[in-house]
Amino acid sequence: MRTPFPFAAIVGQDEMKLALLAASVDPTIGGVLVFGDRGTGKSTAVRALAALLPPMKVVAGCRYNCDPEAPAGFCPECRARAGERKLKAQSVPVPVVDLPLGVTEDRVVGALDLEKALTQGVKAFEPGLLARAHRGFLYIDEVNLLEDHLVDLLLDVAASGENVVEREGLSLRHPARFVLVGSGNPEEGELRPQLLDRFGLSVDVRSPDDLATRVTVVRRRDAFERDPETFAREWDKETGRLRSKIVSARRRLADVDCPDTVLETAARLCLQLGVDGLRGELTLMRAARALAALDGARAVDLAHLRRIAAPALRHRLRRDPLDEAGSEARIERAVGEVFGP
Amino acid sequence: MSDALLAAALLAVDPAGTGGAAVRGPWGPARDDWLAALTALLPEGTPLRRLPPGVTDDRLLGGLDLAATLRARRPVVERGLLAEADGGIVLVPMAERLSPASVARLTATLDTGSVVVERDGIAARHPARLAVVAFDEGIGEDERLAPPLVDRLAFAIDLAAGEADDPGAGLAWSRDGVAAARDSLAEVTADEAVATALCETATALGIASIRAPLLALRVARAHAALRGATRIDEGDAAVAARLVLAPRATRLPAEEPPREDAPPQETASPPQADDSTNDSNDSMDDSGDDSTNESGDSMPGEPPPLADLVLAAARAAIPPHLLASLRASSVAASRPSPAAGRAGAPKRGTGRGRAVGTRAGRPDGRARLNVLETLRAAAPWQGLRGATDPRTGRLEIRADDFRLTRVKQRTASTTIFVVDASGSAALSRLAEAKGAVELLLADCYVRRDEVALIAFRGTAAEVVVPPTRSLVRAKRCLAGLPGGGATPLAAAIDLAGAMARAVVRKGQSANVVFLTDGKANMTRAGRPGSAEAEREAGAAARLFRAGGSTALVVDTSPRPRPQSEQLAREMGARYLPLPYAGSHELSSAIQASTRQS
Repeated sequence: MRTPFPFAAIVGQDEMKLALLAASVDPTIGGVLVFGDRGTGKSTAVRALAALLPPMKVVAGCRYNCDPEAPAGFCPECRARAGERKLKAQSVPVPVVDLPLGVTEDRVVGALDLEKALTQGVKAFEPGLLARAHRGFLYIDEVNLLEDHLVDLLLDVAASGENVVEREGLSLRHPARFVLVGSGNPEEGELRPQLLDRFGLSVDVRSPDDLATRVTVVRRRDAFERDPETFAREWDKETGRLRSKIVSARRRLADVDCPDTVLETAARLCLQLGVDGLRGELTLMRAARALAALDGARAVDLAHLRRIAAPALRHRLRRDPLDEAGSEARIERAVGEVFGP
Repeated sequence: MSDALLAAALLAVDPAGTGGAAVRGPWGPARDDWLAALTALLPEGTPLRRLPPGVTDDRLLGGLDLAATLRARRPVVERGLLAEADGGIVLVPMAERLSPASVARLTATLDTGSVVVERDGIAARHPARLAVVAFDEGIGEDERLAPPLVDRLAFAIDLAAGEADDPGAGLAWSRDGVAAARDSLAEVTADEAVATALCETATALGIASIRAPLLALRVARAHAALRGATRIDEGDAAVAARLVLAPRATRLPAEEPPREDAPPQETASPPQADDSTNDSNDSMDDSGDDSTNESGDSMPGEPPPLADLVLAAARAAIPPHLLASLRASSVAASRPSPAAGRAGAPKRGTGRGRAVGTRAGRPDGRARLNVLETLRAAAPWQGLRGATDPRTGRLEIRADDFRLTRVKQRTASTTIFVVDASGSAALSRLAEAKGAVELLLADCYVRRDEVALIAFRGTAAEVVVPPTRSLVRAKRCLAGLPGGGATPLAAAIDLAGAMARAVVRKGQSANVVFLTDGKANMTRAGRPGSAEAEREAGAAARLFRAGGSTALVVDTSPRPRPQSEQLAREMGARYLPLPYAGSHELSSAIQASTRQS
């Protein structure tokens, strides 16, 4: 595996970085969708996450990344073994699993292990990508090109947090909770509304248009390509700082207070925009809290809410195909009206 | 030495870094010569793989080697074409017809330098640092390489542009020279000024993608390495701007006031630019020692800033037709890129039979047997079925084990509205027709179909809205549609037929909806006269039928005439007489009718 471009070295794209950090602090925010221009480092940022995030503890040898601290959520194998003896824990990097193009269903959900079946006549389950992504991230580049039957499958698992396998005479279920991250270019086609709705945050990325930023992007990229290891080392300190920020934010998250005024404002914002259902408000609140935790604040304030309003809501607006203004302008208007100038 | 060959040499120096080239031009000797020149410069044994049209994922990405798997009785992995091309080049003929799915697989490989396989029970990652040479044989404006691919290929070479090289002429570079350059690539340094100049130039030319200056920097580095230098100088940057940035220009840079010390014909001088490359070629042959002297010599007095030089080089190489197309687009389109709609167009057209899982059943000639899933189904039972020794015993497969590939046939469709805006129709029905089309547009939006609009009046038919999914744009064009004049029906049928064929070529299905009273009175040649015009319309209708598109003729005349029905029959179209119908009736009738078809 090649050294990934360090997350901390990504120039600009603040909203994208913010959304990814918020989702790593609180996975219940529900995933991040990154849509935008070509060549803006969408996939670079996601793939950089693996190297940034603090490692996590798993049951040693577990193929489903079971958390040794949470026996209630064990996979069938760990549950069986836990009865026999104490399970050993092991520290591993947080999985950031790529769902590559051309992926087949058997590799997503897992399937009968053909090798074992053919050579030993044993009926064994070979876990798929959903198992590998448990407690981590599942990344779909070109998410709008994903086959519909795979989209359905992911929607189901993302909603239930559990992968139910019924195929080839196998019947089992295992936990599969992950942060879904999708990226794509809107010019290649739009996303199905159901899939859109599953993402907690949605980010628009654009090519930077000021010269200084562009020069910095080109220079850093060039330096990285010529010597990835050295480049990554130069950013080690910055990466470490960001990592400890995530760690302490996670620890603090549960204690961050969310005052009534903030909740009221969130509700008013959703009303103003005509966002359906409670999901908008819930995401808004969770993301603002994650943001506050990252800032080291004790309580969420209106500034946090304002910063996260666009990513939390822009994909939830009811589409009016004849409205030329677009969702961006509508959100800006609503934010202006609710928060004041 | 032409830029096409210079690009080939630079591509050979750094295939994975430059990403490759988009080569425009028909199949023929010019292309073969270019490819031969490229191959002659690549190190011996460099893998070249040709991407067959309609390549399947198991060949492209890799999968299970079935024959070997059955023989060995354990899964044997077969590398795909992309992994096989690691360190080399993937050639894509007819690249303008690549499906978005294939484009995405190529771009993912270019971005990560590897292929990730999660298919058929196999999880693998193969290195695939390669370049893509995409041969663009597109003829019209409709047939273009997919923008995501173009964005990642450093070079855009137009072999049709006539800049033919004497095939006998030797190359200025040798295979050894290229190999030496490749080895020294990592040592070539770039000043901050170079990156700044390339970024400034890209901005001045209206290039939004940040990949462009990045690719230009790599090309400049390859050029410096090729002439044996260890530092990128102005000449290298200028070459990169000319080869990489100029073809991507979306606008002309603002003219600078001429500098005193600048060469007199700074604005338009491809020969001058060529001279500079020849200079650097020469210096390269002289092992490059004097290259710094040379650039010093050629610039008496204060040298102009690097950015200006680079910009001048790019400006000189901007293709001549850009001006014309820029002028046209600035008048016509307020959208950022008129090609944007088209770029996304074939997205769902990939559906022509993509595999979407499997089901149990017997192979019957139509359904394809999925051998892997069949094996999976059979494997657990082998013990029970009494296959004696697992090493020698043969697999016993029974009828219940058969698994068939489920294929989804859904294709995207484009509805082409052909609206009669002539005087006779306009008087009574144009407003209703517009209203009906508008309502249908909303329906198409829901189903994510594309729409196109052709209007005919006076002496000709014209495309008012090319196939698009942008409802706003279609609506705007429709609202501004004027009415009046004669009825050039034959021309309209011809145009609609041509557009429908273009849509079908993209792998989508086309529905053509004519809204007309069927009274042709203008010939193709623009001569008024009912009899001849109707005869021509009849001929055009039969020609249209031969094209095989589904069509619907909505007769909007107050009193339906047998001639209109006759026309529909000749077109192979359904006929729908709608005297005195409002927009809503029209649209629901059309909807019902297209659903049936």
